[in-house]
Amino acid sequence: MSTDVHAAAADAPHAHHDAAEPHGSLKGYVIGFALSVVLTAIPFWLVMGGVFASPTATAIVVLGFAIVQIVVHMVFFLHMNARSEGGWTMLALIFTIIIVVIALTGSLWVMYHLNVNMMPGHDMSQMP
Amino acid sequence: MTDPSTAAAATSFLFGRLSWQSLPFHEPILVATFAVVATGGIALVGAITWFRLWGYLWREWFTSVDHKKIGIMYMVLGIVMLLRGFADAIMMRLQQAMAFGGSEGYLPAHHYDQIFTAHGVIMIFFVAMPLVTGIMNFVVPLQIGARDVSFPFLNNFSFWMTVGGAVLVMMSLFVGEFAKTGWLAYPPLSGITYSPDVGVDYYIWGLQIAGVGTTLSGINLLCTIVKMRAPGMTMMRLPVFTWTSLCTNVLIVAAFPVLTAVLAMLALDRYVGTNFFTNDFGGNPMMYVNLIWIWGHPEVYILILPAFGIFSEVTSTFSGKRLFGYTSMVYATVVITVLSYLVWLHHFFTMGSGASVNSFFGITTMIISIPTGAKMFNWLFTMYRGRIRFELPMMWTLAFMLTFVIGGMTGVLLAVPPADFVLHNSLFLVAHFHNVIIGGVLFGLFAGISFWFPKAFGFKLDPFWGKLSFWFWVTGFYAAFMPLYVLGLMGVTRRLRVFDDPSLQIWFVIAGFGAFLIALGILSFLIQIGVSIMRREQLRDTTGDPWDARTLEWATSSPPPAYNFAFTPVVHDNDAWWDMKERGYRRPLAGFKPIHMPKNTPTGVILAALSVALGFGLVWYIWWLAALSFVAILAVAIAHTFDYHQSFDIPADEVARTEEARTRLIAEGARA
Repeated sequence: MSTDVHAAAADAPHAHHDAAEPHGSLKGYVIGFALSVVLTAIPFWLVMGGVFASPTATAIVVLGFAIVQIVVHMVFFLHMNARSEGGWTMLALIFTIIIVVIALTGSLWVMYHLNVNMMPGHDMSQMP
Repeated sequence: MTDPSTAAAATSFLFGRLSWQSLPFHEPILVATFAVVATGGIALVGAITWFRLWGYLWREWFTSVDHKKIGIMYMVLGIVMLLRGFADAIMMRLQQAMAFGGSEGYLPAHHYDQIFTAHGVIMIFFVAMPLVTGIMNFVVPLQIGARDVSFPFLNNFSFWMTVGGAVLVMMSLFVGEFAKTGWLAYPPLSGITYSPDVGVDYYIWGLQIAGVGTTLSGINLLCTIVKMRAPGMTMMRLPVFTWTSLCTNVLIVAAFPVLTAVLAMLALDRYVGTNFFTNDFGGNPMMYVNLIWIWGHPEVYILILPAFGIFSEVTSTFSGKRLFGYTSMVYATVVITVLSYLVWLHHFFTMGSGASVNSFFGITTMIISIPTGAKMFNWLFTMYRGRIRFELPMMWTLAFMLTFVIGGMTGVLLAVPPADFVLHNSLFLVAHFHNVIIGGVLFGLFAGISFWFPKAFGFKLDPFWGKLSFWFWVTGFYAAFMPLYVLGLMGVTRRLRVFDDPSLQIWFVIAGFGAFLIALGILSFLIQIGVSIMRREQLRDTTGDPWDARTLEWATSSPPPAYNFAFTPVVHDNDAWWDMKERGYRRPLAGFKPIHMPKNTPTGVILAALSVALGFGLVWYIWWLAALSFVAILAVAIAHTFDYHQSFDIPADEVARTEEARTRLIAEGARA
């Protein structure tokens, strides 16, 4: 029964797509491409043209565009949505975000406290 | 570069910084070791040539993409490297037992430092990891009723990359030297200023090459479990070992890139003079410690989770009962998977992040013992009122339950930050992690080996030598590591070469005796394999199900045919094979179809060999070799993608013949 499907999957994973799953259209790719070009061009303009006075503001806005860019790539090029692969891609994405957030915020928290506590000239009575 | 002058002075174009002085002729211990290894190696190569086995090994094993053969090769790698890692261990025990009362022992400092580094690196990366990956590789596809893993070529490639890393680390024994930094190579000691020689470079490239293999094998097994389960096998019907393997591979995929990145930054610091982890120019060595433990703590769970899975399979099989609390077991595993990312700072409480940070990580560490404790009770309740058979795998499981609880409790002790300030880097810590790694991972692997050996080879392991090995290992473990708890509480720190206080010596002598008992345990294990091969006719498993077990791998023959299952099984319940037996399952004897299978390929071996050349070139600054092998790797990898004939069909009559042979074997077994 499922023997053949199974065996084909064993060595030819590219032949193993769920038939029901759309795998991108020319229109989708063009939209994705256009969006990512625009989302790249705006940050360049922000930096080169010196639009904001404060560099911090520029950095934050550029980071915002970067996040939108990631989402565009995931939706238009990786074809991710809540239903693809029976929800596994979404689960994997959520797990990845959790791990990345833990690693980044954790490292920042740890290193910030280390810096406050251990750098020279520090007063021990100020320890949290 | 900060200070490459000493090294750069002696480099040549052709050989980089490699010269005759790099070979350790002046070290009698190394020369003797080399003589023994070379003699053994020549004898092995001679024997293989004499018996004309090269062709067989190349065609049937080295180039094989069969997950079962790759799994077995991983196990062989792990056991060979165990001998090397243990040789380091017993040398350290001997040194520490001798070096009292003004004696310097027998190991010079720079050699002793390499030994404790190599011991840690080899035992974790090249013993525990290959053994765990090997068992997962062999068992998981069989347990889920699959023909092979999702990407069979990638599997072969992963294995050979792991071998490549091991080869590079072993090379450092006789060509140059290994790192003298401890197994995690903390900067600034591992930076170019304080370690200008090749040791740390061997460490970096050895681990990077093996890391490619580990990451890819993680992706492969993850994909296999998600995509290739037999029809009817929902996630909550997965065998527990497959569940723990799934979580382990999730951890591998999420954690190993961090290690790769950290080592890459350390390499940049050493090779091109960046300042990620240096003391000056804005670098921060503490960031290395922080990042490497973000990988390092999940790594601990990467090793122990499959062992938990093995104990679950063994306990339910040998108690003749369904596993108690399957659902809670699954959730405990998943909770451990996530929590293992929230505890890393407990490895460096003393770094100085302050009370608030330390208490957070102390508490998360204590919390992680709750799901682990739940698992322990599940095993106990599985055994409760079961008809327990005290075969070898069950004995290892019982030894684990006792030993691991002790190790877990000392772990919770260490999780209390104020207590950790006293115990940090002491022998108490060394005793703790050996307690959980030997008592947890290694006992689990031995349980797994004796449990699945008949499936892999078609005959059981000899129980007498197995029990001997068991008792030597268990008593040896307690004799070797309980004294270290005592010494640690008295304030003895790890990695010391000589001691002043003569009252400590007796504890080191006892620990050394324990290491000797473990040596007997390893020897008995090797004898057990030899004896079992000689007695294989008496120990033959004709049924494919020698333990009256519960999961799908026991539904096929021992050893399984290349295609695992003639027909993909359909699953209706947890413990699928037990359910099939209960329903009076009959093997199909006719109606076989051709089976589509992947072809063997030498590409994995070639790519890994080129990677070793690349690593060697980078270690010794032989830039032409590095560049050449890098280009060759790309060329071979791209060429491989143009090979469109990667599969073939096993004809239906060959399947029929294989299945008929099994029918005859079962009949013979029933008559005997």
